[in-house]
Amino acid sequence: MADLPKKTRGRRRPELTFGGAWDYAAAPEATDHVALASRHHLFIGGEFVRPRTRSYFATVNPATEQTLAEVAQAGARDVEVAVQAAKRALPGWRRLSGDDRARYLFRIARLLQERSREFAVLETLDNGKPIKETRDVDVPLAAQHFFYHAGWADKLGLLFPGEEVEPVGVVGQVIPWNFPLLMAAWKIAPALAAGNTVVLKPAETSPLTALRLCEVLQQAGLPPGVVNVITGDGATGHALVRHPELNKVAFTGSTAVGKEIQRAVAGRGVDLTLELGGKAAHLVFEDAALDQAVEGVVRGIFFNQGHVCCAGSRLLVQEGVHDEFVRKLQRRMARIRVGDPLDKNTDMGAIHSKEQLQRIRGLVASGVEEGAALHQSACELPRKGFWFAPSMFTNVSQTHRVAREEIFGPVLTVSTFRTPEEAVHKANDTSYGLSAGIWTDKGARILWLAERMRAGVVWNNTFNRFDAASPFGGFQESGFGREGGRQGMRAYVRLRSGLLPG
Amino acid sequence: MPPSSRSAFQVPPVDAVALETRAADLATRSIKRGAKARGLELVVSMIDLTTLEGMDSPGKVRHLCSKAVRPLPRRADVPSCAAVCVYPDLVPVAVAATAGSGVQVASVATGFPAGRTDRRTKLREVTLAVRAGASEVDMVIDRGAFLCGREDRVFDEVRAVKEACGEAHLKVILETGELQTYDNIRRACRVAMLGGADFVKTSTGKVAPASTRPVVLLMLEAVRDYYLETGRTVGVKAAGGIRSAKDALRYLVLVNETCGDRWMTPEWFRFGASSLLNDVLMQLEKLRTGSYQRPTDFSRD
Repeated sequence: MADLPKKTRGRRRPELTFGGAWDYAAAPEATDHVALASRHHLFIGGEFVRPRTRSYFATVNPATEQTLAEVAQAGARDVEVAVQAAKRALPGWRRLSGDDRARYLFRIARLLQERSREFAVLETLDNGKPIKETRDVDVPLAAQHFFYHAGWADKLGLLFPGEEVEPVGVVGQVIPWNFPLLMAAWKIAPALAAGNTVVLKPAETSPLTALRLCEVLQQAGLPPGVVNVITGDGATGHALVRHPELNKVAFTGSTAVGKEIQRAVAGRGVDLTLELGGKAAHLVFEDAALDQAVEGVVRGIFFNQGHVCCAGSRLLVQEGVHDEFVRKLQRRMARIRVGDPLDKNTDMGAIHSKEQLQRIRGLVASGVEEGAALHQSACELPRKGFWFAPSMFTNVSQTHRVAREEIFGPVLTVSTFRTPEEAVHKANDTSYGLSAGIWTDKGARILWLAERMRAGVVWNNTFNRFDAASPFGGFQESGFGREGGRQGMRAYVRLRSGLLPG
Repeated sequence: MPPSSRSAFQVPPVDAVALETRAADLATRSIKRGAKARGLELVVSMIDLTTLEGMDSPGKVRHLCSKAVRPLPRRADVPSCAAVCVYPDLVPVAVAATAGSGVQVASVATGFPAGRTDRRTKLREVTLAVRAGASEVDMVIDRGAFLCGREDRVFDEVRAVKEACGEAHLKVILETGELQTYDNIRRACRVAMLGGADFVKTSTGKVAPASTRPVVLLMLEAVRDYYLETGRTVGVKAAGGIRSAKDALRYLVLVNETCGDRWMTPEWFRFGASSLLNDVLMQLEKLRTGSYQRPTDFSRD
């Protein structure tokens, strides 16, 4: 019978080399089919209109630092006009039969699919994320959200058996820069399905796909005012969420801003859902499928440059496989292709903005200072644009800033645990609670752990998988309310128990 | 570790969904221009041009050999294939037809394709093939033994065949379509590597499914880990069902990004195929001339 193979030791440990025998030629996606106006206006009442402020600001391509276009800065007056447009559109829209509202949503979904290449390229230009992701994740999922919620529009009575539902009213929505089109879809689709009208403010650094979506809304013949999109900086969002005639505010973004919004709407009878930051624990047990767990961890933290609220940023590995797992991870990280986001072979694109890059650098410096060991992949970074190499801290303690604060970048922290109890304890040792991941081959353990993890989403032997039918949202400082699924519809309806609609 | 311990054959579990996701993800690599030409030439040089039919004739084998030596007679820069792969009785024909060309002669053996015969017959078949001049032997494992938990028997047989091979390279066919689960395949790789395999090979080509990308990705991970653990290189041969140049390039991407440079040569990665070669040649000519040639411009085997 078999002897165990002799381990190589000492002098020359075998190592792998990559890229010397065969490297891929550049494969850039063409951009010439995406016409881009030099100036973008606001979308109010079904038309593109100039801002009352007459002021515009630039949005840049993070991969090149080149200005892509100018975008309108909406002021308080523009917010007012937009909210009034949404208010005017509300009675007609909510009175439409669900079947008719569904037709609009289906039409929007199909148009998004038809124009998917255009949206993917535009998103990549404006955001910096690789075309592989915009093409295979952002745009298809955005279309899926419209398809899925079109299905609810004529079935609202089945949402909450025994209760009548009615739309909340005029909804103010503020979305972040990490998934600009997808977040717009997550917000708009359920709102429209339930009969609400919308004023949406995209992030100031990534407004172009939301504005292009307005063209799709026009193309779909959506009644004027049902969706209004106003661009601008934090001041615009500030004015929007404080507008007295909103019935609901939905916000996705940082925990600090979320708290501020919560204070601003308190006591006004305004519904609120918040989807905020995260610091997800990603657990790898000794019996896990290690090679696949490596892929899951890579997907968990380096997907979208780590600009993901549910990113698996805290890796917890069972002690017995820690060294082996870290070695596998290091080798795999070295294979991540960082560079031109338009290249179809790029795995990781540009950091979204200079500010974000500075924040990441600052936190990484604090990690080094506090004594964690930094490993960065030795990839070559372009000179222009905002870039950060895939990074991993080992020897991290639970008290380090890098293990507690959301970095929102391609930076993983690694620490260990010995028992499932310790794993749960460490995983829950955070003020956040958006997502978590578990890698183990043991089904019973998955169930035991999932029950004890304080996180809105727990992924088992996978990570960062999204579906319109699956509710997404957090615990604790990661916010409240869910998006997607039946639970997501709850945020856009009011329940009227025992009453018949009249 | 006592030699009789089954733990020698233990391998980490495999997650099917995540494995297939990774294989699908790597299939989206976009291979263009120079990289495509270089990749296709590599594919040609890695092909074990195969004929394993009951009606094989010396004439067909001679034709196959001349195709392997000069895949595209009008283009001297297109490399030779790695080997021709035939049944044992046709080895002498192949040896004569490839003499001096550098193209290897591989012979299937050990009761190919089912392996359902006794050990002595199997070893005798190996000896005959090697004596006839085969420089590579493609054996099949005893799937019956493997699937009823007797990995030790499989191990013993691989070791015995390896010994009978002498200088000849041993490729161990796992017949992954019959092993069915990824966990089985990963363990079978381990058994074969410990038994002395120079190559692990997916399939005989007689069972569907033959080679699939997730299976080959898994086998590449197995040989990679074994190399890192022991320093010994084991090759991988993807055989059966690979018919298009595009598909072959996707396999090459798996090798390139899983194992890296060391495996990017015919020495450590092979395609077992017959109809693949012509599609690769057609694509190479398309890259060179800018237009597709007629299929009849390429000789059939």
